[in-house]
Amino acid sequence: MKILVPVKRVVDYNVKVRVKSDQSGVELAGVKMSINPFDEIAVEEAVRLKEAGVATEVVAVSCGTSACQETLRSALAMGADRAILVESDAELQPLAVAKLLKAVADREQPQMVICGKQAIDDDANQTGQMLAALMGWPQATFASKVAVGEGVVAVTREIDGGLETVELKLPALVTADLRLNEPRYATLPNIMKAKKKPLDVLAAAGLGVDITPRLRHVRHAEPAARKGGIKVADVAELVNKLRNEAKVI
Amino acid sequence: MKTLVIAEHDNSRLATASLSAVTAAARFGGEIDVLVAGHACEAVVAQVQAVAGVSRVLKVDAPHYAEPLAENLAVLVQRIAGEGGYRAVLVAASSFGKNLAPRVAALLDVAAVSEVVAVVSPGRYERPIYAGNVTVAVESDQALDVLTVRATAFDAAGCGGTAMLETLAAGPDLALSRVVGRELSKSERPELGAAAIVVSGGRGLGSGENYQRLLEPLADKLGAALGASRAAVDAGFVPNDYQVGQTGKIVAPGLYVAVGISGAIQHLAGMKDSRVIVAINKDPDAPIFQVADYGLVADLFEAVPALTSSLSAG
Repeated sequence: MKILVPVKRVVDYNVKVRVKSDQSGVELAGVKMSINPFDEIAVEEAVRLKEAGVATEVVAVSCGTSACQETLRSALAMGADRAILVESDAELQPLAVAKLLKAVADREQPQMVICGKQAIDDDANQTGQMLAALMGWPQATFASKVAVGEGVVAVTREIDGGLETVELKLPALVTADLRLNEPRYATLPNIMKAKKKPLDVLAAAGLGVDITPRLRHVRHAEPAARKGGIKVADVAELVNKLRNEAKVI
Repeated sequence: MKTLVIAEHDNSRLATASLSAVTAAARFGGEIDVLVAGHACEAVVAQVQAVAGVSRVLKVDAPHYAEPLAENLAVLVQRIAGEGGYRAVLVAASSFGKNLAPRVAALLDVAAVSEVVAVVSPGRYERPIYAGNVTVAVESDQALDVLTVRATAFDAAGCGGTAMLETLAAGPDLALSRVVGRELSKSERPELGAAAIVVSGGRGLGSGENYQRLLEPLADKLGAALGASRAAVDAGFVPNDYQVGQTGKIVAPGLYVAVGISGAIQHLAGMKDSRVIVAINKDPDAPIFQVADYGLVADLFEAVPALTSSLSAG
């Protein structure tokens, strides 16, 4: 079974983002970029399925500028077999990415796509579901456990009230939640090996899909910071403040 | 200008988050239809008919809607939204809505807008990105927008409505997926996402046993829901659906009591819109104190029982 894993290059999880002075976006110049943490979990799951003898090949794919090659090398260093960059300098919104990924999936014919549940930059949480819709495949979002069976995959999902297990017919799409696994650190030998693994570049324009942005992000702002309050000396003062000042109990 | 709200329910009870989606739909200024797709879901239909501001309830009843699976529902919503001349399809940004809405949008070939916190006017929305550190104004010229709505940003619609009922034909059963198991946390407490008071615990509690021993009596006294930081969930103190934060639940209660929580940015993203925040932590430099209205630097193992008993003293 071949597994396709889409990965996104995002502002590193530890960076405190700042809005540009003209409000047109977030300052990206000189900012550390990394593979989206949820996509890292997706790569780990696919590699574990290969190590368990369930998957035969893991293909990482990213859509964006040539800088995304670095992100794909991270996936290769974790154990993906090869990578595909769908190269475009244009702004790519989730629907456009889903269409590009569909074009790749049509060529590659994977039995499963595992992606992160959301990217930590735009927090959209859309691309996986959109790709599943375009493919006509079943989907299991927010996965905390994946078990592949005969022609099916059973996925335990983190839902609002607890956990739910769904069984999907293959081919299927799964989006990874935080507790699906703990991604490995790429070792130096594997980082070196990753540099020699195949990385194909496809021009987005050559895939024949409409990637025009549908939404305009017109104004970015930092929400008003919450003002810190006071320190109380003891429990008695706390109860007094909650009763008589805040009036919440 | 009409809008379509997708009701979230378990065939017997409407999710409270759906009432916030109705309020967001009302910001469009037109008629509001609510789709109740389920099986043997008459009780939900009756509840939605009584919601203020709803014009029509669209009922679709079939065995293949007994479970809220996205594959069958998305195809149904695509048909109804396509036929109905709607300006927007709205659903609460719960695990149900987040699973469904993008699938609907892709079938309709439109962009989706996630976690909307303000509907300025039709086609003009605001939503948080970067874990709530940035708010972006979004503009759409699409004929139809698909939105998920952050429930804490919109009041729940009230009752007193008398919506018309229309029964629609079911869509196909694609039989692509089925539910084979569900483990829901059983609790007599208020629902975390909708509670007026939330008591939340972090790694400082040290164990699941301490979490129960210290926080449950306090939550009982306050009539509060229980939550937790990611650290407490990862350490196995409580189940994952307790998690408050960027990747867990977003809450905005009247009172949020953070016990033994340091205040990582991902946690703050899930609770910083609470009206009053109390933090109890022995580390005076913990970031949680920067957002707390009332901070108590103390050993939680002494402070929490003292707080619980002083509430009893009333």
